[in-house]
Amino acid sequence: MRGLHVALGGTPILTGVDLTVAVGEWVTVIGPNGAGKSTLLRAVGGLLPAPKAITLFGTPSAALRRRDRARVVATVAQSPVVPPGMSVLDYVLLGRTPYIPALGRESTADVDAVHEVLGRLDLSGFHRRELATLSGGERQRVFLARALAQGATLLLLDEPTSALDIGHQQDVLELVDQLRREHGLTVLATMHDLSLAGEYADRMVMLAGGQVVAAGTPPEVLTEELLATHYRASVRVVPGAHGPLVVPVRPTRP
Amino acid sequence: MTGPLSAARPAGLRKRWLVAGLFAVLVALVVGVSLGPVSLPPGSVAAELLNLFPGVHLDSGLTEREIAIVTELRLPRVVLGLLVGGLLALAGGCYQGVFRNPLADPYLLGVAAGAGLAVTAAIALGGAGRQGTLSGLPMTIPLAAFAGSLLAVTMTYVLGAAGGRRGSPAMLILAGVAVSAFLSAGQTYLLQRHADSIQPVYSWLLGRLATAGWHDVLLVLPYAVLTTVVVLLHRRELDVLAVGDDEARSLGLHPQRTRYLLIAAASLGTAAAVSATGLIGFVGIIVPHTVRLLAGSSYRVILPMSLLFGGAFLALTDVVARTVAAPSELPIGVVTALLGGPFFVLVLRTARRVLT
Repeated sequence: MRGLHVALGGTPILTGVDLTVAVGEWVTVIGPNGAGKSTLLRAVGGLLPAPKAITLFGTPSAALRRRDRARVVATVAQSPVVPPGMSVLDYVLLGRTPYIPALGRESTADVDAVHEVLGRLDLSGFHRRELATLSGGERQRVFLARALAQGATLLLLDEPTSALDIGHQQDVLELVDQLRREHGLTVLATMHDLSLAGEYADRMVMLAGGQVVAAGTPPEVLTEELLATHYRASVRVVPGAHGPLVVPVRPTRP
Repeated sequence: MTGPLSAARPAGLRKRWLVAGLFAVLVALVVGVSLGPVSLPPGSVAAELLNLFPGVHLDSGLTEREIAIVTELRLPRVVLGLLVGGLLALAGGCYQGVFRNPLADPYLLGVAAGAGLAVTAAIALGGAGRQGTLSGLPMTIPLAAFAGSLLAVTMTYVLGAAGGRRGSPAMLILAGVAVSAFLSAGQTYLLQRHADSIQPVYSWLLGRLATAGWHDVLLVLPYAVLTTVVVLLHRRELDVLAVGDDEARSLGLHPQRTRYLLIAAASLGTAAAVSATGLIGFVGIIVPHTVRLLAGSSYRVILPMSLLFGGAFLALTDVVARTVAAPSELPIGVVTALLGGPFFVLVLRTARRVLT
C-alpha cells in the first residue's frame, strides 16, 4: 500500500491538485466555501468521472470495479439521506452491500459484522430504532457505523461535525481517531471548524479556487496570514496543546 | 412500533405477512369464483379448484354447467384480476422506490396514459376490435402499450429533470400530470377521428375484466412473470437506492443502470395490465402505501406484499363491480377508486395512531 495520489487537471473545480495521504494518516482538507473540498472527496470516492489521476493503495482507482472500490473506500456524506422508516440495523447493513452478491441477500456473517460494528460504536441498544428518530449525534454515529461496516480502510468524511453541537463534535472526532488507531484506518476529511480540524489532523491541506495553497502540519497551515489571504478572515491563532486554536476577531474598522 | 423488526434480523418478508398475503389471494380466488349471477357454494368451488391440479379428484357436487362456469368464465376472470392487480401494485411500489417518490404510480407518471394512447392507436388505426369486442386482442397490443408507456415515462422523467433540482418530488409528479394530459389529448383526438372505434375503446378504457377469458390471461402472463421476476430480484437494491444515488454508488451499485432496468420492467408490467384490462386507477398507489403502513417500509416487504395484496384487492373489487348493480356491471376502475379511497384514509388514520 503506497497511499493515495490525486491530480485532477482539466476539471474546472479542481485544477491540478496533488495530494498524497499515507496509510494510517489523518489528513483534513480545509478551505473557504466553494474551494472544491467536497469535489475532491467525491473524486477520491469514485463518484466523479475523473479518477484517472487517483491511485488507491497502489491501484489506479479507474481500474477498480465499483464494488471493489467500495470495499476500500467508505464515504460519510455531509448530510446523508435518512430513509423514512428504516431501522438502524437495516441502515448499517446497507454498508455490507459491496459484499452481497448482486441480487442476493445478507448472510449471517454480514449481520454479525454489523452487530459487531454497532457494539463497537455503543449503538447496540439502537439497532431496532428508526434512524429518523435519532438525535444528530446518534445519527452521526450510525453513519460512521455504516461506513465501518463497509470494511474499508480509507474513510472519507465530508464535514462530519457540521450538524452537531460542540460536545458531540468532539465525541465524533474522538471516536474517529480511536477507530483509526485501533484499526489502522486512513482518514481524509473536510472541515470548517479550523481549531477542531487542527487538533485531530496529522496534516492539513488548504484548498482555494480549486488549488492547493498550503499543505503541512496544522501549525504550518493554520496561520493568520494564510487565513487572512484565502478566507478573508480576521483571526488570531493561539498555540494550543493539540494544535493551533483559531479565534475569530472582529475586524477593526478604520 | 418501528415496522417489521421483531428481532435483530435484517428487513425482509416475515412469515406471517407472507401467509396473510397468500391467504388474501386464496380468499379472493374462492370468493371471486363463487359469487356472481349464479351463486355457487364456496366449499364446492374450492373443491373444484383443487380438481384442476393433476391427480386430485374431489366430488364438488357441481353440475357440468356449473363446472363450466367455474373453469371457463369465472376462473380466468379472477386470475386476470389477480395478475393485473398484482402487476399494477408491484409497478407502483417499484416506481415509488426508483423515483424515491411516495406519490409515484403508473397513473401519476403518465405511464398508463402512454399505454392507453398506444392501445387506442392500435385499435383505431389497426382495426383491432372493430367487431365491438376486444376479447381477441392480438399479441402485439401489449408490445404497443409497452412502447407507449416507455415513451411516457421517459417524457415524464426528462421533463421532471428539466425543471432543475433533480429528484424533487413535486416536479416529477407535475411532469407526469402534464404528460398524462398531453397523451390523453392525443387519445381523444384519435377517437374523434375514428368515431367507429369509440365504443370498443371506451369500454376498454373504463377498465374491464368482463370479457376476460383464458386468452387474456395467457396474453398477460409472460409479461407478468418477467416483470415480477426482475422487480423482485432487485428488492434489496431498491432499499439501497433509498439512501440516494451518491451513497448507492459509493456502496458499489450502479444506480442509474438499476433505475433504467426497473423503470423498463415496471412499465412493461403496467403496459401488459393496461392492454388487457384498460385503465384501472388507484391500485398502484394505495396498495403499496397500505403495505408500507402496515408491514414496514423496506422494499423487500413492500414489493412482494404489493403483488399479493394488489391481486387480491383487484379480484375482490371485481366481485363488487359485478354484483352491486347486477345484472349490469360497474366499471372496475370506478369501484377501485370508490372503495380504495376511503379504505386508504382509514389505513392512514389507524396507522398514524399506532405510530404516535
